[in-house]
Amino acid sequence: MKRVSLVLTLAVAAGLSAQTASAQTLKTVKDRGMLSCGVSQGLPGFSTPDDKGNWTGLDVDICRAVAAAIFNDATKIKFVPLSAKDRFTALQSGEIDVLSRNTTWTLSRDTSLGANFTGVTYYDGQGFLVKKSLKVNSALELNSASVCVQTGTTTEQNLADYFKGNNMKYEVIAFGTADETVKAYESGRCDVFTSDVSQLYAERLKLANPADHAVLPEVISKEPLGPMVRHGDDQWFDIVKWTLFAMVDAEELGVTQKNVDEMAKSDKPELKRAFGTDGNLGEQLGLTKDWVSRIVKSVGNYGESFDRNVGAGSKLGIARGLNNLWNKGGIQYAPPIR
Amino acid sequence: MAIEPRQPPSQFVAKLQRVLGGRAGWSGFVVQILFVAVLAWICYEIVANARANLQAQRITAGFGFLANTAGFDVSQSLIPYSGSDSYTRVFFVGLLNTLLVSAIGIFFATLIGFFVALGRLSPNWLLSRISGGYVEGVRNLPLLFQILFWYLAVLAALPNPRQSISIFDSVFLSNRGLVMPKPIGTPGFEPFVFAVLIAIVATIALWRYSRRQLFQSGKVIKVWPYALGLLIGLPLLTALIFGAPVTFEIPALKGFNFAGGSRVIPEFVALTLALSTYTAAFIAEIVRAGILSVHKGQMEAGSSLGLQRGSVLRLIVIPQAMRVILPPLTNQYLNLTKNSSLAVAIGYPDLVSVFAGTTLSQTGQAIEIIGVTMGVYLLISLVTSAIMSFYGWRIGRSMG
Repeated sequence: MKRVSLVLTLAVAAGLSAQTASAQTLKTVKDRGMLSCGVSQGLPGFSTPDDKGNWTGLDVDICRAVAAAIFNDATKIKFVPLSAKDRFTALQSGEIDVLSRNTTWTLSRDTSLGANFTGVTYYDGQGFLVKKSLKVNSALELNSASVCVQTGTTTEQNLADYFKGNNMKYEVIAFGTADETVKAYESGRCDVFTSDVSQLYAERLKLANPADHAVLPEVISKEPLGPMVRHGDDQWFDIVKWTLFAMVDAEELGVTQKNVDEMAKSDKPELKRAFGTDGNLGEQLGLTKDWVSRIVKSVGNYGESFDRNVGAGSKLGIARGLNNLWNKGGIQYAPPIR
Repeated sequence: MAIEPRQPPSQFVAKLQRVLGGRAGWSGFVVQILFVAVLAWICYEIVANARANLQAQRITAGFGFLANTAGFDVSQSLIPYSGSDSYTRVFFVGLLNTLLVSAIGIFFATLIGFFVALGRLSPNWLLSRISGGYVEGVRNLPLLFQILFWYLAVLAALPNPRQSISIFDSVFLSNRGLVMPKPIGTPGFEPFVFAVLIAIVATIALWRYSRRQLFQSGKVIKVWPYALGLLIGLPLLTALIFGAPVTFEIPALKGFNFAGGSRVIPEFVALTLALSTYTAAFIAEIVRAGILSVHKGQMEAGSSLGLQRGSVLRLIVIPQAMRVILPPLTNQYLNLTKNSSLAVAIGYPDLVSVFAGTTLSQTGQAIEIIGVTMGVYLLISLVTSAIMSFYGWRIGRSMG
């Protein structure tokens, strides 16, 4: 007995030391038959489950697009809801393949977390939500206010910087989840709820009386939100990166969920390259030739996804603004598929 | 021929063998050594493997981040803190907040627990049923639920600062917490504190002297008139000589909140209330069990000596019950300290919230931060256990 247990111990120890960072994410995902995607615990417009457990949102669409490109089936995804503070650990430990959870791209996150941002899905900025009854019209009138904030975000530092920079005093109360934060704001514990502007619009919908609350005009920070993947697998990095680019390029080329089959037959050289009737760009990525049409068929182009989830066609009704295409007054721009 | 005294056989090897598990001969010894070596090697492999993988994925490791600027603010801090301080300072801010809520929680939990236990054992029917109802009601509901109840249902129902409940226009109660006048030391403050300390020390000395006199010569000395004179007279005298020891900064509504004064934040109140009432229910049962474990003859003997019920409990029953009470009581103290980490749900800035929460997500160094946090809780628990063991040892010794 003693000898057996000793051998076992040795085997476990050897296994531990033999394990190295896996660089085969695509293969792992294919073998598993499922993409594991880290999302929020429920943020309308970005990632939120409906009453049947189907996830929808802009962040969700990125994962669906990746799954569509790999499996030609946008439902082969396991969604893992993560709190702001657990999200990076889940990615580092390999629990998820992609983190698509309204995460701000910053230098320190890009360098120290062992992960890379693959692009910007939404250009956001931090703002303030207040009760209209306070009659506050500008964030500069918030001296001495109590501010509710969700911990584990870039928000706390921006908040400190803004109030310090404008010589204002404030009290911060930091909660673990967005729901707890909003509840405390609603109960009157705080005068102000601060977060990314898109999130303020989303959370306002959950309040008892959304019309009683207003988002102040000031945007105090740059918050480019994007998906993340682990370091050390460049192929996987390229796949997730180019999935978003494909959605943005599709919008630019006028390819929509409806006309995708027609467009695939087009003779235009740029469309032929994108749809794989000319060349094998998709295969270079490790996908199939028809990867772009798979993506657009399942989630639509970037503009369609935006409108459906956060834009004019959604309850949030956020204007395209910065997130419009570069040739339509915004800054969404994707390198060409060629 | 003189007989040389023989050296007794060395006890060392036998002792060593007993320590290591008592296998006869050297084979047992070798197995044990091997086991320890393998264990050490596994630990080393785990650390080395984690380090290599972190390095391979280029995840920052090490404790260098502790010197970096934190850049965020905290709502309650016992030491001066601002956003431009380092993560090390954040760590201590969080640690002190955890210790504060634990210490105050332990104090009130013990107090409430003892009273509820005595109430439950009381011959008064109503009191004993109310105490019983308290125990069963409180200990059977989840703690997180109780914390949220106090925070969101009770304290959040208080009016906003502009309509706050005020007492003499100096103490204000609102959903932003309790704001009180803040004492600010004047030059007369130090002599005043000094006088109070002298008075306390002198009173204790006097009390001990009177007890010795009572036991040795049966003389009864009334202590309290002297004690009162010392405790009130001496500080009063210094206040008259050096001027008032403190002035008060009265809080005033300014903008959204009160400015000036000192404030107890509602998160702290809710957490302390929930922790102490919840743990008190368990402590009450432990104390009750301890008291019931003392033979009822002790109680009867005390009564037959003419002692009142309170005196019997205080002088005879509880000292004996402490031996039974102490170990599970220590467990409850440890539980309370660990449960204080639920603070994050209501935004109380404890160690888990500011260090294992905000600091972790800003630096992303999960292994180091979670390791340190676990180490701290372990240390707090071990220190608490040690103090309680010492107390138990003293009780055991005094009872022979």
